[in-house]
Amino acid sequence: MLAKRIIPCLDVNAGRVVKGVNFVELRDAGDPIEVARRYDEQGADEITFLDITASSDQRDTILHVVEQVASQVFIPLTVGGGVRSVDDVRRLLNAGADKVSMNTAAVQNPQLVADASGKVGSQCIVVAIDAKRVAPGKWNVFTHGGRKDTGLDAIEWARKVTLLGAGEILLTSMDRDGTRNGFDLVLTSAVAEAVDVPVIASGGVGELQHLADGVKQGKADAVLAASIFHYGEYTVRQAKEFMRAQGIEVRL
Amino acid sequence: MTTVAVVDYGMGNLRSVAKAIEHVAPDATLHVTSDPLVVAAADRVVVPGQGAMPDCMRELEARGLRDAVIRAAAEKPWLGICIGLQMLFDHSEEGEVAGLGVLAGRVARFPHEQMALPDGTRLKVPHMGWNEVQQIKTHSLWQGIPDSSRFYFVHSYYVAPDDDGLVIGRTNYGIPFTSAVARDNIFAVQFHPEKSAEAGLRLLENFMRWMP
Repeated sequence: MLAKRIIPCLDVNAGRVVKGVNFVELRDAGDPIEVARRYDEQGADEITFLDITASSDQRDTILHVVEQVASQVFIPLTVGGGVRSVDDVRRLLNAGADKVSMNTAAVQNPQLVADASGKVGSQCIVVAIDAKRVAPGKWNVFTHGGRKDTGLDAIEWARKVTLLGAGEILLTSMDRDGTRNGFDLVLTSAVAEAVDVPVIASGGVGELQHLADGVKQGKADAVLAASIFHYGEYTVRQAKEFMRAQGIEVRL
Repeated sequence: MTTVAVVDYGMGNLRSVAKAIEHVAPDATLHVTSDPLVVAAADRVVVPGQGAMPDCMRELEARGLRDAVIRAAAEKPWLGICIGLQMLFDHSEEGEVAGLGVLAGRVARFPHEQMALPDGTRLKVPHMGWNEVQQIKTHSLWQGIPDSSRFYFVHSYYVAPDDDGLVIGRTNYGIPFTSAVARDNIFAVQFHPEKSAEAGLRLLENFMRWMP
């Protein structure tokens, strides 16, 4: 049976991993290649890089990172952050990314999702949705790190981007992100049931039970986490063993 | 020294395939190429491919690669990946397009009504992620890979060969489907060995040493 995926996420700024990464025996915790290799060794099913580089003259550094990681780590790589055009998508794929994730640009120009998936295939296009609860059972899509309400309904938006050609949804609860209180399971299952493509749950993981809940109650196809892996609290392997003990199919 | 041509017809992530082969066979001379002459001259040929089958067939034709790919499939170690597997067959439901017709059979879409688990859980299409591949027969390319190892898949269509004897790997996703076929010098897989960690690298390494 198909395994549920565990995806560590790395924030990359000007070619370096930011947020603490605390592996024992790591010579350089800021080196994305070294960190990616470590997650690969632990059995990560994919790795996601979020490029948070602000200055435009350093934008291309992510391409070098992807190129180097892709020559040493042979699992799927997703890259997001600052993707604004089909050209951006192509450059990342040519550098070795398998999937490219777009967020704000998709909101500003939904046609980009259609154009990009038409050119490179839906399997390469992930739409990242930052959702925030605005009323009971209702979530809106936010941009700018959760500060700007687009007014779009998150579930409707998820449906729309899959029709446009998104091959996967990366769903982050802005209410939970950074809280370590677990995923927004109601939001996650609502989106997972609304679309036919895989949904990755993100935002709020503080313990291993949260990952299992995301799959079992949230009905997510994959779970993404950053800090529980970065700070060395748990390895990806431990997370998988935990999930398997709860009857979840994983790759071990 | 062996030369390997990775056929570039403008579809899919060839760099991943090339990097994985370079990793397992650093001494091989690797050409990512859309030149039929380079394909003809190579000792081994890898045909990757992603995206929609009609686009793939059109691009293959447009670059004049069709004959070179068919000829290679008749005479030297030939590895197809994803669409590289699907195009071997007669016909695909995706866009109702003809394939290369090297192997008899068709390419079908996962049947919507059967895409559910016994408990009613809906299965999503594309089939994306790590799934088990049951090794139906022994083969040099399975060497050192435990049976039912997981490989990385991403596809919405699967191959249905007329001849069951071609099936060398099978996977379950709602229905059992053919995830690998082999005949003579041809080995072709629905999954992506270049993205399947150790198991995938081992398969590529086996391919680079294969003497069919």
